Amino acid sequence: MKQIADFTIVGREQLGEQYFTLTLRHPGQLPRIEAGQFVEVEVRDCPAVMLRRPISIHDVDESQNTLKLLVQIVGKGTRKLSELKVGEGLNLIFPLGHGFGVEGASPLLVGGGAGIAPLFHLAKCYRRKGVEPTILLGGRTKELIPVRDAFEQYGRVFYATEDGSLGAKGLVTQHPAFEGEYDHICTCGPTPMMKAVGRYAMEKGVECEVSLENMMACGIGACLCCVCDTDEGHKCVCKEGPVFDVRKLTKWLAATK
Amino acid sequence: MAKLETRIHDIVLKNPVMTASGTFGYGEEFADFIDLSRLGGIIVKGTTGERRQGNPYPRMAETPMGMLNAVGLQNVGVETFCKDVYPRIKNIDTNILVNVSGSSIEEYCRVVEPLNDLEKIPGIELNISCPNVKKGGMGFGTDPAMAAQVVKEVRKVYHKTMIVKLTPNVTNIVEIAKAVEQAGADSVSLINTLLGMAIDVERQRPCLSTITGGLSGPCVKPVAVRMVWQVAHAVQIPVVGLGGISCAADALEFLMAGAKAVQVGTANFMDPTVTVMIVDGLQDYCQRHKVEDINDIIGII
Repeated sequence: MKQIADFTIVGREQLGEQYFTLTLRHPGQLPRIEAGQFVEVEVRDCPAVMLRRPISIHDVDESQNTLKLLVQIVGKGTRKLSELKVGEGLNLIFPLGHGFGVEGASPLLVGGGAGIAPLFHLAKCYRRKGVEPTILLGGRTKELIPVRDAFEQYGRVFYATEDGSLGAKGLVTQHPAFEGEYDHICTCGPTPMMKAVGRYAMEKGVECEVSLENMMACGIGACLCCVCDTDEGHKCVCKEGPVFDVRKLTKWLAATK
Repeated sequence: MAKLETRIHDIVLKNPVMTASGTFGYGEEFADFIDLSRLGGIIVKGTTGERRQGNPYPRMAETPMGMLNAVGLQNVGVETFCKDVYPRIKNIDTNILVNVSGSSIEEYCRVVEPLNDLEKIPGIELNISCPNVKKGGMGFGTDPAMAAQVVKEVRKVYHKTMIVKLTPNVTNIVEIAKAVEQAGADSVSLINTLLGMAIDVERQRPCLSTITGGLSGPCVKPVAVRMVWQVAHAVQIPVVGLGGISCAADALEFLMAGAKAVQVGTANFMDPTVTVMIVDGLQDYCQRHKVEDINDIIGII
């Protein structure tokens, strides 16, 4: 069940210039949260920002009743959120959307930039099922892969950077680990990366889930602004997604934009 | 407790707060957040003769204190609405009205006919003002003669309460309101979105796939209040006011300007509980100002 609640910020960490995390404590008992689900965050005292900002859930700590958001500063709303301090409140609508299935016995998780955020909770969920995922993280530079070592507790981690500052030089899809034997692939990141991963999975006949990030207003399937042109027609990324099976996205995979 | 009950033709509302079409889905989307039976009414998503996919993404752009949308009437179509959606929502204890859209008079009539038989749907909102479809929509609402003609034809086949939703994208909205009143409308609701446009200068292209779209949110409110005030003074039928309402004070502006009821739209996206907070706020206002019946302050300006 979705809810609206005032959280308290109990932790904040700056990760390079572009990224930060907020750890948020729920006023009551956190409901069950699937990997890949997201929150709609209210941005207060910022006249240029009217709508909430959709942000994926990076981590959940049931024992502390907290969830963590990994945010990239991309505009006025996320800039304002970056100014929040420990002790302040934050209003969220959550948990939203349809998350990852946590399927497969040898899964590969492919993340790029801010898209690595939901893969952290996902890796943890796999590990809880006794499955060790292979995790491939990419970015233009080392600094643009904001969370690195923490992933290692949940799986085998590989890196690809375009400038070679961390791991193999090049794109995630050029990394040797990408061509391993997997029975399930999950990906979240820039659209060209997700399309490349999705096309590869389709060719190989491997199950693949992609997490889309469209602009949205309500986050609960009411405004119909965030649609993706799926093979079953326009579907709301906020409600039917953000995680989709690529087999339902052949039109999206084929589109150049 | 003050009396908040108001009336739109044959429809009795437990309070004047309704939800605007296209911002509240079929109501179900909000059931996790609020008790839907506390609302005066729900106007469900614009419904057309056939299922529509709407316009391509991107369909939304945030603007100062508002947003542009170009959804383009994506909906399941009237047959699926009657067969699948209606049974799910008919027991919600509030007035559920269907917003009706079309590309031709024939389509409008085809949509309303089956709605006559839905016992728990006491009325329709005839949308002659959607700016986001190529054919019909706003085209009907910008010309008094065409607006009157659609209303007249729909009136022949629809027997319950008919609210006609007006576009603000005209030189003289009073003229359109009078024309649809004359043609048999039981009420008018206004305003639909204002035609707008935004450009992404970094990419050097329009923000919306359709280039233009409908502007809504707090930025349109003063325009909407003005139009409601003008129309309420010019017609005999009840006026439903909407445009940028996000708190009880906003709703009160519309009521004082002459609206018998209001609709909350874009604000539902920022806070899914805003409608019940407005209901509570109206009650609180009446108590503070010793207003026994909300009707006593309707149209006082």
